[in-house]
Amino acid sequence: MIQVDTLTRHYGPLRAVDGLSFAVETGTVLGFLGPNGAGKSTTMKMLTGYLRPGSGQVRIMGHDIVSARRRAQRCMGYLPEGSPLYPEMTVADFLSFIAAMRGLEGEQRQQRFNYVVEALSLQRVLPQRIATLSKGFARRVGLAQAIMHDPSVLILDEPTDGLDPNQKQQVRQLIRAMARERIIIISTHVLEEVEAVCNRVLVIHRGRCVLDDSPLGMMAQSRYCGAVSLTVDQPERVASALGRLDEVAEVELRSGRLTALPSGRGRLFDAVTALVREQGWQIDQLTLESGRMEEVFARLTQARGAAHG
Amino acid sequence: MVRWWHELGGLIRRELAAYFATPVAYVFLAVFLALAAAMPFYLAGFFEREIADLQPFFGFHPWLYLFLVPAVGMRLWAEEFRSGTIELLLTLPVDGWQVVLGKFLAAWLFLGLALLLTFPIWITVNVLGSPDNGVIVAAYLGSWLMAGGFLAISAGISATTNNQVVAFILAVLVCLVLLLIGLPAVLDPLRAWVGQGVIDGLAKLSFLIRYDAISRGVLELADVAYFVWLMAMALVANRLILMHRVQR
Repeated sequence: MIQVDTLTRHYGPLRAVDGLSFAVETGTVLGFLGPNGAGKSTTMKMLTGYLRPGSGQVRIMGHDIVSARRRAQRCMGYLPEGSPLYPEMTVADFLSFIAAMRGLEGEQRQQRFNYVVEALSLQRVLPQRIATLSKGFARRVGLAQAIMHDPSVLILDEPTDGLDPNQKQQVRQLIRAMARERIIIISTHVLEEVEAVCNRVLVIHRGRCVLDDSPLGMMAQSRYCGAVSLTVDQPERVASALGRLDEVAEVELRSGRLTALPSGRGRLFDAVTALVREQGWQIDQLTLESGRMEEVFARLTQARGAAHG
Repeated sequence: MVRWWHELGGLIRRELAAYFATPVAYVFLAVFLALAAAMPFYLAGFFEREIADLQPFFGFHPWLYLFLVPAVGMRLWAEEFRSGTIELLLTLPVDGWQVVLGKFLAAWLFLGLALLLTFPIWITVNVLGSPDNGVIVAAYLGSWLMAGGFLAISAGISATTNNQVVAFILAVLVCLVLLLIGLPAVLDPLRAWVGQGVIDGLAKLSFLIRYDAISRGVLELADVAYFVWLMAMALVANRLILMHRVQR
């Protein structure tokens, strides 16, 4: 379990992290969201014991990150932003170094080494210098070092940043596979990633928590939650008919695609499908939306002044 | 406790391996050996003296170290901060002392290796005559100690910046001051403003005065203690600078 209590950190007069409190239970994959400069990386640096908290407390599996830093760090794996690695080392030497520093010895070291090499498909690049690796491989080496000691807490700062779609998919699969029996915190800019791998979302803005919910709960806060989108032959005519429905708050028309937003009165989907049948419109596509994260994200993080409480 | 040393060993091995993973180590060794070998012959008249000792060889070491040791020390921290690997290093379950000592000891061992590789000149002088080998061993040890002093200062300065060039220039400047501070040319102008006590104190800090005795094979406890004290102070400063930069 991770407990964060009124965590604060200043950079000069700037409050990078401002009284952040939250707790994370085992089995959680927490998506850490926020615009650039919101304090995500600073928070992760404090959670991992790199930066000392300005004030407040962090406990990792019961160990205080200041007074019992090394014990806390032993249960944590960390992928820093941009996955910094020693470029002059070979992949094999680097991973051996990490294994040694993580206190792994003998057969156990060999076993964990083989496991991470296998899990991240690094066999082919083991004798290669890190400086000569592609971005995708370098990121995988970064992940390999983070999971070397089978940590109960995994903190990943933008693990898929700069990867191609296939590589992103691979990393997400790995995170999902590791999720059980662990706490995983990932920071990201990619909202679809949160939907894909996280079961909890924390949005921070100007160092404060502005949302703490499940991905579905976050989407439920969207104006688009329960909206109906459809593509039809004559969108203008259909739009005005939909707009007259009591269940519809507003109709948006974007590049031939209509979206009817729910007013909250009655069941929108039923009303729309009934109208479609009644009018005999030719529908190419009809979808019930579960909400749009980016819309909620924008609303939470574009507010001026103190965003929350 | 065993584990502490084990981890320190791991850090030293990684650092040392990093030297030899790139051409930097070989270029450094080649330049060091070429200069160390050439200086006594061309500048000090090694043969013309017709004395079988290595004083001309050791006498040049302070000047050799003035530029070559900051070149080794400049990258120690600056490079870690520039590339961000410092974050990787300091989130491993190691303490600050292990990291500071690991880097320093690896670099010091590397300098020791460079010094050992000058052994042909020792053989040469033994072939040509019969020098006092005890004096030579003492001078080698003293030279290595002085290299450690230069190195600890360079490492501490490297921790203040992300830029290796800045680290190099500052380290050369500080080392130059410590080298020259005991010379009459430096101390005499100061006599007008400060008392004899201060002058004597400053003279005690001088590398050149300390090392002069050592290079003649007089390895006195006070001189050894001075270099050890200097290294300890510089490493404590190094640790504090590091702590300040990451606020731990």
